[in-house]
Amino acid sequence: MRLTALIVAATLWLAPALAFAEGQAAQIIAENRDQIEKPSRQTIGPVITALAASGDPMADDILSAWADKRLVIRKADNALLLATPDGDGLSLSALDGTPAGTATKADLTELKPNAGVRGLIAAALVQFTLTDPDPARRAAALTSIARDPTAETLEPLRAAIETETDPALKAQKQRLERFLTLRFDPDPEARVAAIESLGSDTALDVRAALNPLVATTRIAGAGAPQGQNVARSLTIGRDLNDSEAYALLVAANLAPARLTLQEQRDALLANVVNGTIGGIPVAELNTQAARDRAYTALEAAGTVAAAATDDEAKAALAAHRFFDVYVEPDPTVTDAARAALTRIDRKVSVMQAADLGLDALSLAAIFFLAAIGLAITFGVMGVINMAHGEFITMGAYTGFVVQLFVPDYTLSILIALPLAFVVTFGAGVAMERLVIRHLYKRPLETLLATFGISIALQQILKNVFGTQARPLTAPGWLDGSLTFNDVVSISYIRIAIFVLALVFLMFFLYLMKRTRLGLEVRAVTQNPAMAASMGINPDRINMLTFGLGSGIAGIAGVAIGLYAKVTSEMGADYIVQSFMTVVVGGVGNVWGTLAGATMIGSLQKLIEFLNPSNTLAAQTYMILFIILFIQFRPRGIIALRGRAAGD
Amino acid sequence: MTSPSSVRKYPTGGAGGVKPPAFTDSPSLFARNPSVLIFIACLAAFTLAVTLMSEAFGAGVISTSFVKTLGKTLCLCLVALAMDLIWGYAGILSLGHMAFFALGGYMIGMWLMYARTEEIVVTALSQGGLPATPEEISQGIATQIFGVVGSSDLPLIWSLAHSLPLQLSLALAVPGTLALVFGWLAFRSRVTGVYLSILTQAMTLALALYLFQNDSGLRGNNGLSGLQNLPGLDGTSQDIVSIWFFWASALALGLGYLTLSWVVSGKFGSVIRAIRDDEARVRFLGYPVEVYKLFLFTLTALIAAIAGVLYYPQAGIINPAELAPIASIYLAVWVAIGGRGRLYGAVIGAAFVSLLSSLFTSGRLPDIAFGPVALSWVNWWLVILGLAFVAVTLFAPKGIGGLFDRFQNLRTPDRKGAPLGPDDGSLQEQEAQQ
Repeated sequence: MRLTALIVAATLWLAPALAFAEGQAAQIIAENRDQIEKPSRQTIGPVITALAASGDPMADDILSAWADKRLVIRKADNALLLATPDGDGLSLSALDGTPAGTATKADLTELKPNAGVRGLIAAALVQFTLTDPDPARRAAALTSIARDPTAETLEPLRAAIETETDPALKAQKQRLERFLTLRFDPDPEARVAAIESLGSDTALDVRAALNPLVATTRIAGAGAPQGQNVARSLTIGRDLNDSEAYALLVAANLAPARLTLQEQRDALLANVVNGTIGGIPVAELNTQAARDRAYTALEAAGTVAAAATDDEAKAALAAHRFFDVYVEPDPTVTDAARAALTRIDRKVSVMQAADLGLDALSLAAIFFLAAIGLAITFGVMGVINMAHGEFITMGAYTGFVVQLFVPDYTLSILIALPLAFVVTFGAGVAMERLVIRHLYKRPLETLLATFGISIALQQILKNVFGTQARPLTAPGWLDGSLTFNDVVSISYIRIAIFVLALVFLMFFLYLMKRTRLGLEVRAVTQNPAMAASMGINPDRINMLTFGLGSGIAGIAGVAIGLYAKVTSEMGADYIVQSFMTVVVGGVGNVWGTLAGATMIGSLQKLIEFLNPSNTLAAQTYMILFIILFIQFRPRGIIALRGRAAGD
Repeated sequence: MTSPSSVRKYPTGGAGGVKPPAFTDSPSLFARNPSVLIFIACLAAFTLAVTLMSEAFGAGVISTSFVKTLGKTLCLCLVALAMDLIWGYAGILSLGHMAFFALGGYMIGMWLMYARTEEIVVTALSQGGLPATPEEISQGIATQIFGVVGSSDLPLIWSLAHSLPLQLSLALAVPGTLALVFGWLAFRSRVTGVYLSILTQAMTLALALYLFQNDSGLRGNNGLSGLQNLPGLDGTSQDIVSIWFFWASALALGLGYLTLSWVVSGKFGSVIRAIRDDEARVRFLGYPVEVYKLFLFTLTALIAAIAGVLYYPQAGIINPAELAPIASIYLAVWVAIGGRGRLYGAVIGAAFVSLLSSLFTSGRLPDIAFGPVALSWVNWWLVILGLAFVAVTLFAPKGIGGLFDRFQNLRTPDRKGAPLGPDDGSLQEQEAQQ
């Protein structure tokens, strides 16, 4: 009700104003017909401004038609009309919007304003789109201005702030106005004020707006440049090398271009006389020194152009100075911009450290998830299970198969998690009963036998599911990321994996410390014979423990599959890393695994941060570090002491 | 322990009777180990047979590519010998020896690629009218070799690549130094058993990951290629070159077998077997266990590197995938299937499994139809290999070598219930009874 009333009131209030302006546009165009038919960028400005300022509702349409080459002259009566494509032909309307029949292209002459004029028209159109009644169009106009800021848009933007009713759009307009002010306002003080009003905002658009102000170009000159805003003076050897400096001199026409080796070669080849060049036989020109001598001889004979020698080049470099100068001529503005950027950089680096910390935590959570199953089988039972990676893969493929049958992603993941546990628990129990049980006394052979199983399982998975990566899609509510600002953000999947890792840690601690099974597992680990004499069945406990470790690997597989591609080799990528996690952390202790995962995760992220182009190198250095680390703490970060340490 | 009267050197080679083990005035190596002579004779006969059937010097029954396969197999047998020495005799399950093998290959590959590219570049530049300057040649070589990874500078590690002797010495020095440093670090901190296996696996993984980078200076994942073309031998056909390499591989295998038989037959061999069976006791007896292990680790790395030097010119290409951990695991699989703790076992295992592998993965065998499903050997070979390996580990820890024990009527020693040591798959030859 109230909304309707408001619209009615607005219409009533606007109507007289519109009526007053109607026809103005047509009148302006009629007065400036010559200019409009043959516009030039230099003189058409006032006409466009007048059109835009006329307040005529048709001005918008006329200007956009003009820019789109839809403003036409009917050859029959020389009338200026607006054309709209309509089927094969064009439907026409007069400048006040009344329909004026149809025509074909042949009947009309299009007005074709050049690019400069179109730019002016577009700038004029900005004020219409910025005050358009449709908020979506206003937002689109703001986006397009932000993408390509020009000085012409500043005034219309300022004018459009007052009348903006949407608070979000108004804030956006004000922000954009500041960005435009700091670049295009004629008054330096206004620009500095705009820069300072930004404070230490770390948003990307702020940095994008400030960076052009401190852009520099490199110049060479005999003395300090006059009337230019010098950023710094450059020293050859520290800031730029000889050839770069000489290239600057050449570019500024302060020195002749040096002879490239290729040019020298061409010049020599062009002057072969009787098998010699400059008196030197061609066969002897197989060193650079000989070629230089031949060229000097040719220079002396005047057959080739003189080229700068090394000495001349050195002298030229010594005689000139080199500077970085700001493109922006006003030093107060560049100083303010640089100060603002320094403030922002300082804050950004703090943010980056926080972001790196989050990344490291989430990587640590992934390593922990991949390794915790291994921490049980290897750490508690002392059994090396090289097929652990394939259990992770099996878990991920279980998720994939579930998603084939259950299209709802949330439900399918909820089904997949326990199902993956069941599948890999079964596989683990089968493996323990059939293979590992017979090899408890021979750890090296357990390693080999499980390798055999790993090779076979991996190939079976490849045969069944193919070599291409299979998708395991996360539910929609895990899409996107938790964004704190432009620097610090973390995807929801990684948060979920982190939570899952925490849940497993709790579960594991509870199981080992608070349940009967955990008690029996610890007893069998410490002394199987004594445990057996107390009525515990060690075979059963070993089987269950192994199944548990394998089952957790399966769940980890589902979690890892959510953010990595599911292939038959995905588990193999984690196996060495997982063993490293367990060994570095300390065998037989879940806190050790946690510490190991945290250390490996954060170190890997740190190395990646220091050498960002190269994750492979990060992994290499990581492994080297671990090999060295084991030198100093052979039993890992958290080493068991006393009898529990065993061998 | 059995009484001295029942101790017999395995097999005594005709001397018979009671003879206490003596190492100073023992009969010759061949008298003690007739298997060495048998092996050398078999290898010589095989080499002769292949030569007579090759395309280059004989009937042409065996294609050149198969001669290369056989030559490569001999190299794999040599690296399996090294693996057997370190694992079967000393009980150190190294999962990184293929890294030394591949490093040897990389080193020789650098010379092959450099020298070959140099020929091409010099020929191309001499067309230009002026004789090439050294700078132009090295620039051309660098662009040719490294254009593929977007670089045109020759990295520092290539500075010796122009010279075959220097690069060959690097082929020994680089893997040898790596083994020495790694082994020293690992053994001095008493890393043993499965930990050492995992650590060696991490080493080869780290190396492979490093080489996968484009700026590693060894062409990233492109690796080195065209290694089958020997520089300066454009006129010689691959038929002949392949036989040359086959001979060289056979010679290396024969010499390697001889050397290692000598190493394991003497007192040194007894010590390393003792380390395998009870490391702590050997240490308490005053032997510097770490020195023995380090020597063995480095020696086997060098043998692996020599095998690699001979292997990759026959393979023609080397890339970082050759260093993947799985390669070293296959090496362990060969030795385990052949029978560890006996040198002939390693050779048999490597030859048998790798030839079978290349047969099954060649795609030449017909698929087996099970009703509507056709099973291809290429897809299922690894499954068979993996399961066969599990079966061997569980039921026949002595591998194929166990069959030889049957022929010779060797039985596992009876220690009245006491364990035979951690590795009962290895041949306890000093104790094996007839």
